[in-house]
Amino acid sequence: MGTNGLAELSNATFVAAIVLYAVAMFGYAIEYAFSRRASMAAESEVEHRELVTVGAGGDLPADDAPEPDDAPANNSGITPAQALAAGKVGLVAMIAAAVVHAATLALRAGAVGRWPWGNMFEFIVALCLVCVVVWTVVVARGLVARRLGLFTMLAVVLLLGCATRVYTQATPLVPALNSYWIAIHVLAAIIATGLFLTGFVTAVLHLIRRNYHRVTERGGTLRFPFTIAPRLPEESRLETLTWRLHVLAFPIWTFAVIAGAIWAREAWSRYWGWDPKEVWAFIAWVVYAAYLHSRATGAGGRRFAPWIAILGWGVILFNLFGVNLFVHSMHSYAGV
Amino acid sequence: MSTTATPRRSVTSILRRWWRQLTSMRTALVLLLFLAIGAIPGSLLPQRNLSADKVSQYYADNPSLAPIVDRLWGFDVYSSPWFAAIYLLLFTSLVGCLVPRLRDHIRALRRQPPDAPSRMSLLPMHRELPSGLEAKKVADVLRRNRFRVAVREKPDDATTISAEKGFLRDSGNLLFHFSLLALLAAMAFGALYGWHGNRILVAGEDGEFCDSLQQYDEYGLGPNKDATDLPPFCLRLDHFTDDYLPSGQPTKYIASVRYGTDGAAPTTPYDLQVNHPLELSGASVFLLGHGYAPVITYQDRYGDKQTTVAPFLPDEGTQTSSGAAVFPDANINPKTHTADKDSEIAFQGMFIPAVPDQPPYTQSTSPLPKNPALMLTAYKGDTGLDSGQPHSVYSIDQKQVSSGALKVVDMKKKMLKLHQWSTLDDGTKVKFSGLREYATLEIRDDPGETFVLASAVLILLGLLPALLVRRRRVWVRLGDTGELGGLARTEYDGFGEEFDRLGEAIAATPTREPDKIGSD
Repeated sequence: MGTNGLAELSNATFVAAIVLYAVAMFGYAIEYAFSRRASMAAESEVEHRELVTVGAGGDLPADDAPEPDDAPANNSGITPAQALAAGKVGLVAMIAAAVVHAATLALRAGAVGRWPWGNMFEFIVALCLVCVVVWTVVVARGLVARRLGLFTMLAVVLLLGCATRVYTQATPLVPALNSYWIAIHVLAAIIATGLFLTGFVTAVLHLIRRNYHRVTERGGTLRFPFTIAPRLPEESRLETLTWRLHVLAFPIWTFAVIAGAIWAREAWSRYWGWDPKEVWAFIAWVVYAAYLHSRATGAGGRRFAPWIAILGWGVILFNLFGVNLFVHSMHSYAGV
Repeated sequence: MSTTATPRRSVTSILRRWWRQLTSMRTALVLLLFLAIGAIPGSLLPQRNLSADKVSQYYADNPSLAPIVDRLWGFDVYSSPWFAAIYLLLFTSLVGCLVPRLRDHIRALRRQPPDAPSRMSLLPMHRELPSGLEAKKVADVLRRNRFRVAVREKPDDATTISAEKGFLRDSGNLLFHFSLLALLAAMAFGALYGWHGNRILVAGEDGEFCDSLQQYDEYGLGPNKDATDLPPFCLRLDHFTDDYLPSGQPTKYIASVRYGTDGAAPTTPYDLQVNHPLELSGASVFLLGHGYAPVITYQDRYGDKQTTVAPFLPDEGTQTSSGAAVFPDANINPKTHTADKDSEIAFQGMFIPAVPDQPPYTQSTSPLPKNPALMLTAYKGDTGLDSGQPHSVYSIDQKQVSSGALKVVDMKKKMLKLHQWSTLDDGTKVKFSGLREYATLEIRDDPGETFVLASAVLILLGLLPALLVRRRRVWVRLGDTGELGGLARTEYDGFGEEFDRLGEAIAATPTREPDKIGSD
């Protein structure tokens, strides 16, 4: 098979990955909506640990669980057991998707004989893979329930869908990118961005859950998106998870910026030139630094923390799409 | 009634209050967000330090808005007073916050871990220990786990052991923040003592360049750097190698140069590439781009020939370039040597490296010079070159054209292939007599670089423990019975496991009464 064949195969696996993620999303959605366990999430503190092993053994004593008082009307004909099965299908589909997803990148690398993150399309594909891997680790360590994969899958499918809008054919690198720093700087940026994406998802869930509490305490009527909140984990657990993902991502992002500065010194003669991409990377760094500090400023800061995390992801997105497509930058490698 | 001291005290109290306000975490947080917001306009508006041309373009496009933007330093955001105000306030806030924390941290490092609380069962982590444990052995276990340990004998015959761990968190935190200050200082140092220049280096011996300020097309000199401080070196471009995909995407740029240091002639060869700068002592040479310099010969009405090598600026990926060639000394009467101000000649136009067979001819089919052609417009009159006004060498002075001092002269042939002549309406002739390549070089020295890098490394080294290390304390009380208590001083999910592990290890230490072993 020639390099062209590899590139075509890479495109096929890319489509397969999106389809499998969509399947996973539907599986998780069914589990989220109809499993009895999910409906108890608000009350249960321990269930998350049990769910870890579900993928392997399916040893969840689903039928032993007592019927909660506020069990949602389940008149769709989907039993809790079927919902759990759908969740397992979702997990299998997600892992299969991740394997195919990784193959997309590997085949691209094979087709062009370079690191598979030389343009905007490849960058997005790679960061989505990081997000899925991080999410899998989070679920495997029992930090959140499997069914919450619904929201991660939603984010990944949306972002991969956006990636198709900036699809770029597999081509060799332009001379400016032809350096070993692409392995270091861009990979660090991809890992950090993938972690930030995961953190963004949990930050949004945290906000939904928190506002749900506020609305129910006030006795107000629930409206979307707070209607999904009863099945989300504890507010504090979502807050801690968001925090830990960002704590992990921030040093990697810092490293990515530093590595970028070293590379910029090699390629463009200066380590920092206020190029729009650099500016927005700096803005993202500052916003996430503010997020990390927000927890140290008492209750007031904690209130804003998830909003700052969401703002940070907005900055990252602008740096990815806005700067690449609409602003003149030395980092314009979008290839579109 | 009122003394003079009262207003003064109130002034100092106001100042103190302001200072406390400024150095509070909340203010630092707001300043951080201001810094983020303040950085935005610089990425959306054209910046002078990046591209002065784009700023001029903005002035042309928005004639009424541009002066207002300029007055707000919108084209120099990152050197503007208001941007400096934000980060200087932030750093002042940082210093005000850090110095007391540094003092506290040093005090904490030198202090013994505090004594056990009297009711240890109230601690978040608590468990019973077997009685009869030996304080020294317990302390050893804690020390082996890298705790700082203090053993205290109590008057009621009990012994308490206090242990504390995770000081690296605050050390890292302080290192991180102080390194940020160091980074700013290093950047300022580099700006004061550094310099840089841009230069187009045309291939060939006559294109040779030796380092001095006048030789640069554009330069920036730090306030504390003198023009005579520039290191003496010379550069020459032998040839430029470039390669492209059929789509026009470049895959290779190599400028084969020769250099000589300390005033020596340029003889040492070096393949200058993007990502592979030439490092000389006191300066580094970077390849930024390349282009073509057509050689244009003009034969004036007296039959005198003049030749100029005119670098053209590439407009797009295919190396279609625009530029100008000016002959201010054309049509000087060889007998009287009198210059005729109205007979200076200038050409302006485009260079197309691979001209297609069909129109539009301006659409080059390749960035390589497969079928090079020049499309020129001739001008005659006062080129304005002697006026002393600085102006781009890539175009003729439009002011001279609009004032009528420079007039278009028709040419027989608008498009010249290599080695072709064209006759102007006044009978003089112009020839596309050759083609040279050129490399765009940036030469830069930033003595702050190393310190910036060192600060950045320290920032990262400080950041990791600041985020990942957790502070925690454990206490052991050994009396009639034993008990162990623990407190995580920062959020720490895994503390329960560590506490249990420590408890097991302590419980497993040998007791004073051997017969009690195994009773638990």
